[in-house]
Amino acid sequence: MKSTQELQTIATQVRRDIVRMTTAAKSGHPGGSLGTTDWMTAMQFNIMQASPETFTMDGNNQDMLFVSQGHITPVIYSTMARRGYFEVSELATFRKFATRLQGHPSVAHNLPGIRMASGSLGQGMSVGIGAALGKKMRNDKTLVYTLHGDGELQEGQIWESVMFAGAKGVDNLISTIDYNGQQIDGTTDQVMSLGDLKAKFESFMWTVVDIANGNDMQQVLDGMAEAKNLTGKGHPVVVLLHTEMGYGVDFMQGTNKYHGAVLSADDLPRALAQLPETEYGDF
Amino acid sequence: MTTFENKSSKELRAGMGDGLVEVGKRNSDVVALSADVFGSVKMDAFKKAYPDRCVQCGIAEANMIGIAAGLSLCGKIPFVGGFAEFVTGRVYDQIRQVLAYSNKNVKICGSHAGISLGEDGATHQTMEDIALMKALPNMTVLVPCDYNQARQATIAAADYVGPMYIRLGRSKMPNFTPEDEPFVIGKAQHLIEGSDVSIFACGHLVWEALEAAKALEAEGIHAEVINIHTIKPLDTEAIIASARKTGAVVTCEEHLFNGGLGDSVAQTLALNCPTPMEYVAVNDKFGESGTPDEMLTNYGLRSKNIVEKVYAVLKRKC
Repeated sequence: MKSTQELQTIATQVRRDIVRMTTAAKSGHPGGSLGTTDWMTAMQFNIMQASPETFTMDGNNQDMLFVSQGHITPVIYSTMARRGYFEVSELATFRKFATRLQGHPSVAHNLPGIRMASGSLGQGMSVGIGAALGKKMRNDKTLVYTLHGDGELQEGQIWESVMFAGAKGVDNLISTIDYNGQQIDGTTDQVMSLGDLKAKFESFMWTVVDIANGNDMQQVLDGMAEAKNLTGKGHPVVVLLHTEMGYGVDFMQGTNKYHGAVLSADDLPRALAQLPETEYGDF
Repeated sequence: MTTFENKSSKELRAGMGDGLVEVGKRNSDVVALSADVFGSVKMDAFKKAYPDRCVQCGIAEANMIGIAAGLSLCGKIPFVGGFAEFVTGRVYDQIRQVLAYSNKNVKICGSHAGISLGEDGATHQTMEDIALMKALPNMTVLVPCDYNQARQATIAAADYVGPMYIRLGRSKMPNFTPEDEPFVIGKAQHLIEGSDVSIFACGHLVWEALEAAKALEAEGIHAEVINIHTIKPLDTEAIIASARKTGAVVTCEEHLFNGGLGDSVAQTLALNCPTPMEYVAVNDKFGESGTPDEMLTNYGLRSKNIVEKVYAVLKRKC
């Protein structure tokens, strides 16, 4: 377990990794990665009952995480490496030929810590439900977590799985929505409004936890602890994690410009200047 | 010439359902999922025997594929049952990402496949499913030919690790293979030895191929009939050996020309031993409503059509 301050420092290092990885690869998705950095860091180091030492593909007696919006690989890989799933130096291979760090998560390249491919949106909650049912069948009391982009909620399959989990009371599942209001073509309101998400999930018999500032480490820790406490009570739990796409670099925030676009080599130093070096060091 | 007897016509989907009960008895990790069609795909006996090992997904096939993938992670062996079109074409991308690319141990059982589905019409009569499923890396594709073989294929599927598609029909069809003959995945089944022409068939068309061989024998033409019950991995050795022996090939399937058994055989021949070949299949069109018999007859999938194609290919034989 890390202190809140330690987690904040790790998150700063992860943000440095994200912008450096994507600029080096000349591609990738820094915006959503920066926005979910605090949550992913908290999950890897404090929230989840899981570790590189105990990782198994079948996840028996370990919490399992499925990141459904697979495009945020920069934050997935950085937090995994910083947690010890593989060497931090491997982050330099992101998106390069023959890498284990594929553009979107893959199990075909034997990267420890990944259990399922994602990238085609809308599928991770279904997978999480399957794993949650599998855990119940083998009397495994650990939890299944999923993470979704808010734009991803426009996929029909999401609502199939939301309906299923609510109707069947899959109460060992916590799904988190990265609620940043942005997607590739504009804001979610411009593209297709999500409406009242809280009411929508509640009407499907989910328990809703709201984290007002998903870029505040303490709020993330408190909110996820609350979510955990709400499991095992007959309902799936959804966390509405309000974040800002691009958080941590002022000129990347408040816009969808960096959803799938990377900083130029010229702009990278400007971003890094806002993300102080840490004791963990760059890859 | 070896002859085959139709002991009694039975549904292939029922063979899968009965096989599933058997593997369920043997292996407590076997689980079944369906999207509101447990009964239609004949998985209801398994559901009755093992209610705690069934997941009723409601009419939501995409979610069902993901749930199956998640269950497989936990060491379960999910058998997913549905109408062939809705558990292949409708959910192709889901199968691609979480089953094939992620290489998960899930068995998709597609019932009501092919034009012999009949009255439901073209929306339900998939004739593209073999093409879709065989295109996916890691995927194994089985097309058993009768009830007994569908049952044996299901038993073999439970012992095989990896994503798999099993194609099954809805209608009662001749049941002629031995009840206790194990299904060997990837191994073509030699039914009749012959020297003049090789007939490679799969699914319901195997019986038609046997009937055709009988008719040809009466005309002095010795046809070899091989059941290609595994489209992928394809038994290329058996195909090449037979084609080299006879020098003429006819393929038979209840599928479109594009992407079916015929294309797999044609590719094998082109790369190894170019041989004159004819297709008995449906050429680039959808089906329609009618009885199963009317469908097979009007779409040219009968033994007489196979005989015609044999004569056509023999004319081209060098």
